[in-house]
Amino acid sequence: MKFFRVLRTIRTALKALRRNPLRASLTALGIIIGVAAVIVMMEIGRGSSVTIQRTIANMGANNLLVMSGTAASGGVTFGAGTVMTLTPEDAAAILKECPAVRSAAPIVRARTQVIYENKNWVPVFIYGTTPDYLIVREWTTMAQGEMFTESDVRNANKVCVIGQTLVRELFNGQSPVGKEVRVKNISFKVVGVLSSKGANMMGMDQDDILLAPWTTIKYRVTGSSATTANQSASTSGSSEVNTLNNLYPNTTLSLYPEKSATQQADTPLPVRFTNIDQILASAKSFQEIPLAIRQITQLLRERHRLQTHEPDDFNIRDMTEMSKTLSSTSSLMTNLLLSVALISLIVGGVGIMNIMLVSVTERTREIGLRMAIGARGRDILRQFLVEAVVMCLTGGAIGILLGQGISKLITFMLRWPTETSLAAIISSVLVSASVGIIFGFYPAWKASRLDPIEALRYE
Amino acid sequence: MNLIELQAIYKTYHVGEIDVPVLKGISLSVDQGEFVALMGASGSGKSTLMNILGCLDRPTSGRYFFEGREISTLSADDRALLRNHKIGFVFQNFNLLPRTTVLENVILPLTYTNEPITDREAKHRAMELIKRVGLADRAHHEPSQLSGGQQQRVAIARALINRPSLLLADEPTGNLDSHTSQEVLAMFEQLNHEKGITIILVTHDPNVARHAKRIIYISDGVIGNSDFRPSDSGRVAI
Repeated sequence: MKFFRVLRTIRTALKALRRNPLRASLTALGIIIGVAAVIVMMEIGRGSSVTIQRTIANMGANNLLVMSGTAASGGVTFGAGTVMTLTPEDAAAILKECPAVRSAAPIVRARTQVIYENKNWVPVFIYGTTPDYLIVREWTTMAQGEMFTESDVRNANKVCVIGQTLVRELFNGQSPVGKEVRVKNISFKVVGVLSSKGANMMGMDQDDILLAPWTTIKYRVTGSSATTANQSASTSGSSEVNTLNNLYPNTTLSLYPEKSATQQADTPLPVRFTNIDQILASAKSFQEIPLAIRQITQLLRERHRLQTHEPDDFNIRDMTEMSKTLSSTSSLMTNLLLSVALISLIVGGVGIMNIMLVSVTERTREIGLRMAIGARGRDILRQFLVEAVVMCLTGGAIGILLGQGISKLITFMLRWPTETSLAAIISSVLVSASVGIIFGFYPAWKASRLDPIEALRYE
Repeated sequence: MNLIELQAIYKTYHVGEIDVPVLKGISLSVDQGEFVALMGASGSGKSTLMNILGCLDRPTSGRYFFEGREISTLSADDRALLRNHKIGFVFQNFNLLPRTTVLENVILPLTYTNEPITDREAKHRAMELIKRVGLADRAHHEPSQLSGGQQQRVAIARALINRPSLLLADEPTGNLDSHTSQEVLAMFEQLNHEKGITIILVTHDPNVARHAKRIIYISDGVIGNSDFRPSDSGRVAI
């Protein structure tokens, strides 16, 4: 029975709205514009927020750098990266067994001279790695040519891809693809040129880079664990033309008698396994970085068979500074949009309240009549509240469609990135309904408090 | 059986600091099936009495029994329910909803009923009443397209939709010319005669009051002499 009454009241409210369609639609217009503005703002905001996130991720914000720990001898530590504990298998295992990691690549570093014809250059980065490196760095678009392949890595092929700075310094703007550069007297065929990436957060030129299969760098170029020392010093060939040879001899003195071949064979260096310098990994998303760190730590501790009391023999670094920038940027964006949304919806709500108050005054006689024929105060309250909420919800629905249309149009006309946001749609429906209830309540309450005798006599 | 029983009803309005007594001890009873006219000059308190009889207002003191039920103590909601189920109102200015068809206007009181009545039943019942007041061909017209007399007949149909035991008419012919007034009054007489509906009619016009079976005079908040069956004797009470 109560249900019947509620249903009839809702129908009465709808009928009342239909009796004055122009006013109802003009009132709803306030909400339509408000909600449409919110939707457009949210979609443009989310679009640009996603773009910003992608840009910052491009700078390596969700990258994790795993370095081996420190070696120590007699209380003297040698700093991060000196103990040889990381293996290329670690990199593969991280990719396979850590769900929060999207991609991982081993890195072997070198610092030496790169020569092409009569030009030479020492790049900031000479990295031996796998093709996955570019996926980790989100650097998959190539300016020319292609990245080397997994089979190049397996076969230690002498191929490389180079950054834009090397192209400028060595090739003078010519296309380097197919040419050969020399690294420590080993010829590398250039198979691709990376797209330009610019400086990183530290101001280092990221285009000053040469990438080659890590096997090639490891076994053919460095021969040992890389250090950041300039290994060009040990290359031969420049001593003949060095006129300052007597002042600055570049041949190292041998302090000990050289080992004969027999001696070397008798005392082999203990080679334990192939080690690499670093593993670069990227988390699936910005939010999953701490999770990825935990998973990698657990995995590497298992793989390195560390007892619980032993400290980690590796370090994991994330780009905290960049992460902070990223989160503050997106929260600033969200807050800005939220305030815009609130203002426009409040304006719409005040419009609703205004019209409802006018409507209550104008329909005083009707309210009086309804009360005389048996409407209770709460029936009247419900009727006017439903009217306001229906106007708000209809306005909200139209506003959502309009907003979506406008944001599509903006993407189409101005090429601004927009992104459909389900959260924005749901929240604007909720907000417009609550605006209807909040701003519709006072006029409805006023109507329900009318005295039927006075109301019937109202002119 | 007494449909209405008023016992020493007082009503005092407070205007600022001053108390204005309007009803000063009214006692009267109306039987089921009566056709009563309430007469009095303006300011005599007849509208106030009408509001109390219609359960729109509560007396300051005194007791009001409707169908043997004490209702001067009912809550506002209970009085609303009573108005809906037991009392039909006919007003001087019709009070039809504008831009709403005759049919919907007649159905209106069913919106607030507690009966579980379906749409089809409601429509059927309304159409019956519209037919009875002779507006079957106008059911889908809006009030603005009807004459005053037709509008008042719609209002009567609306008052009857919940099969009330009391019909309260407040100057029902005040806005009508004499010819349509006669039509409307004839309809009241017919309803009273055929259906046995109790009618209380408030008027200041003796020609209208003459149609009632009994006239109650109110002056200055108290009841004057009651005049039974004026139409039978052909006398016009002044």
